[in-house]
Amino acid sequence: MAAKTVADPADLVKFRELQQLAYVAAQAVAHTLEPGVTERQAARRLREYLIKRGVQDWFHTPFAWFGDRTAFRGFRTPLHFFPTARKLTENMPFILDCAPVRDGYMADIGYAGCLGTNRIFEQLMDDLAEHRALIVAKVNEGVPLRQIYRDVDALIGRQGYDNRHRVYPGRVIGHQISKVHSRLPRSIAAGFGIRSLQTLVGDLIVERMHHRSPLWADGAISDHPATPGLWAVEPHIAFRDVGVKFEEILVVTSSGSAYWLDDDLPHVRRWQRTAAA
Amino acid sequence: MTSDVTGADGVRLRVHESGQHGAPTVVCVHGYPDDHTLWDGVATELAPRYHVVSYDVRGAGESGKPRGREAYRLDQLAQDLAAVINAVSPDRPVHLLAHDWGAVQAWHALTGPWLDGRICSYTSISGPCLDHAGHWFWARLRGPTPRALRELISQLVSSWYITFFQLPLLPELAWRSGLAQHALALADGATTPAVTDAVNGVQLYRANMFPRLAKPGPRHTDIPVQVLAPQRDPFVSRSLQTDIRRWVSNLAVRELPGGHWLPRTQPSTVARCTSELIDHAEGGPEARALRRARRSGPERKRFDDTLVVITGAGSGIGRATALEFAEHGAEVVATDIDQQSAERTAQLASTLGPTASAYLLDVSDGGAVEKFATLLREEHGIPDIVVNNAGIGVAGPFFNTTVAEWERLIDVNLWGVIHGCRVLGGLLVEGGAGGTIVNIASAAAYLPSRALPAYSTTKAAVLALSQCLRGELAGAGIGVVAICPGFVNTNIASTTRFVGRDTAQERATRQRATDLYRRRNFTARRAAQEILRAVERNSAIAPITVEAKVALLAARLTPGLLRALARTDITL
Repeated sequence: MAAKTVADPADLVKFRELQQLAYVAAQAVAHTLEPGVTERQAARRLREYLIKRGVQDWFHTPFAWFGDRTAFRGFRTPLHFFPTARKLTENMPFILDCAPVRDGYMADIGYAGCLGTNRIFEQLMDDLAEHRALIVAKVNEGVPLRQIYRDVDALIGRQGYDNRHRVYPGRVIGHQISKVHSRLPRSIAAGFGIRSLQTLVGDLIVERMHHRSPLWADGAISDHPATPGLWAVEPHIAFRDVGVKFEEILVVTSSGSAYWLDDDLPHVRRWQRTAAA
Repeated sequence: MTSDVTGADGVRLRVHESGQHGAPTVVCVHGYPDDHTLWDGVATELAPRYHVVSYDVRGAGESGKPRGREAYRLDQLAQDLAAVINAVSPDRPVHLLAHDWGAVQAWHALTGPWLDGRICSYTSISGPCLDHAGHWFWARLRGPTPRALRELISQLVSSWYITFFQLPLLPELAWRSGLAQHALALADGATTPAVTDAVNGVQLYRANMFPRLAKPGPRHTDIPVQVLAPQRDPFVSRSLQTDIRRWVSNLAVRELPGGHWLPRTQPSTVARCTSELIDHAEGGPEARALRRARRSGPERKRFDDTLVVITGAGSGIGRATALEFAEHGAEVVATDIDQQSAERTAQLASTLGPTASAYLLDVSDGGAVEKFATLLREEHGIPDIVVNNAGIGVAGPFFNTTVAEWERLIDVNLWGVIHGCRVLGGLLVEGGAGGTIVNIASAAAYLPSRALPAYSTTKAAVLALSQCLRGELAGAGIGVVAICPGFVNTNIASTTRFVGRDTAQERATRQRATDLYRRRNFTARRAAQEILRAVERNSAIAPITVEAKVALLAARLTPGLLRALARTDITL
């Protein structure tokens, strides 16, 4: 069963290291992308990069979405999330998303990029910053997760965008993550590591008994302030056929205060550069 | 200033000059049966910025009137034109503006050997090059597709008088008896010509029609040409005037509301179009309307070079419509009572299309709308499409709706549209180039319900206004389109005032209404796409969602059923 206690500082260091590695991997693979590369090739590169660096298992295997698939256009079943033979072309946006597990620690990241230039992509990325600030502020205030979800929706509406995280299974904008303890063999079922699934299902059962959920969506079950622990939060917004997201770990302390585990991430550095300019 | 110039065969031509010496010269050539006074209105408009020249062509007005058919061949007329140009502007090329037979001879002169390097630009109204017309006829005879045959027959029917003018004596008799004058008086903008002028001019038809149409030659030009084609020209079809891309490398075509005598009925529109071409040919920037009229160059988007003004563009259908227009090439001016949200719309529109701009505007304030219109005209020009979208919602029983709530609702939903039509639509009328006014009404306009008495009243008024105005503006080539959306998922439900409920009840009702709209899930973008289509089709009423369409049908077929349903309280 998952540890329900808040991770100790040593654990947080390990979580941060793995999250850093995942983002470095995504950026490294993004750097290799060129016109003609398929989603499957990109996802494979991400997997190989991480396995070489000690990743043993996955919460979910790497995903890659190109073009209008970054906005989840035409996604009707979960099968649509899996990488396809879609080829990257000039000025096309893309998202790399992976959730590696190493030594029981888990990261879950999303990296949005663009081959060449795309005005819509740049605008979306600029506007994503407000969501990161809003989420941590609202969690800090102890606002119920369901309300924060609606606040994010309202912000998306003001910005003139679409909520695309509602396409994820369960319409989630985030989910809890914790250390993986399992005796099950390492294997993958429908893109998800079964050890991690076991952890998540365990959490689901425990939390359900407390009328809470490790999944963060806009249903009644999310009508509670964030439970202490680690949350992978992934606001995903889109305009026309371009979608962008980030996904990173939010730490909620036992007192209910919250902070982002790491600020040294590509999207945060982008906003810092823009602010400085 | 009046002077005489000697044309071909020693014919004396009476020339009139006005305007600014030293400014670019515009030479205006009138048609049949007119004289130089055709251009009086246009010349007055052009005079402040140009050197304007008009003359009576041979056989008309105070110019010489040679006898015999041979004196009226196009070659002679072209030489007359060259003589006038050389006399009034010996050192500098000129701009041509010509109408009807004047345009026919200007085409002939332009594509012949007489005016090499002497012409900068040419604006042609209702007069094709006869050689192009010959090719046009032959091409349709050789490739008789249904469309080609339709165009051919319709042109032959409107050209009956050309055949009539070939007959001996009868045409002269028609003029001298006054019959022809009666027939002519039916056309929009025609004046009664001097009988001798009318009789002399018949020779134009006899001397030129048969030779040129039977054996048309290839006549090309690289000079910038714009054709102003009146939409209701009873004599020259649009296709005949405008299907000339193979001959003219630099062509712009504008279809303008009005009849054959545009220079007389729409002098300011003709002057504006002409000066736009002149200014561009003289090295100035190309006006938006002229860019839109281009018939050469790369493929164009549906609304390229179109200026669209939208009220209430900060959210919902207004924002979605702004974005949709921008994506299809339009330059968008977004206005809203909330400046920030209008700016946001403009910012998003700029990522999809040309640069967009935003203005703060309270549509219920007539003075503010007038000030905005002045600003709009100065900074962006005359719009092509005006979308009166701004609106608010009030729901709940009639007897719970206060006077203040009624007034606010009528101020925004009805006065807002009235001011929009009056002031912004007024710009379209002033522009004289047609356009479209889009009024966002509602399915509630024809769907009675006890739940929305106040809102329905304002929207029914908007629908009635749109249909009346559509009738009034049809002649000006301005379409008025009423949009009836139905349940479109926007923030209208969450901002509607639900009267007769306390705050908590109102909040709960609002949440239920919002949920209903969300479950219906008809996006504002889909509504916007339908609005663009309605503009292109110039639909009188465009219901958007299925429920709006069904309700419109029911309102027409079974109004009693709708009245019965109106008794049920559908508010949640």
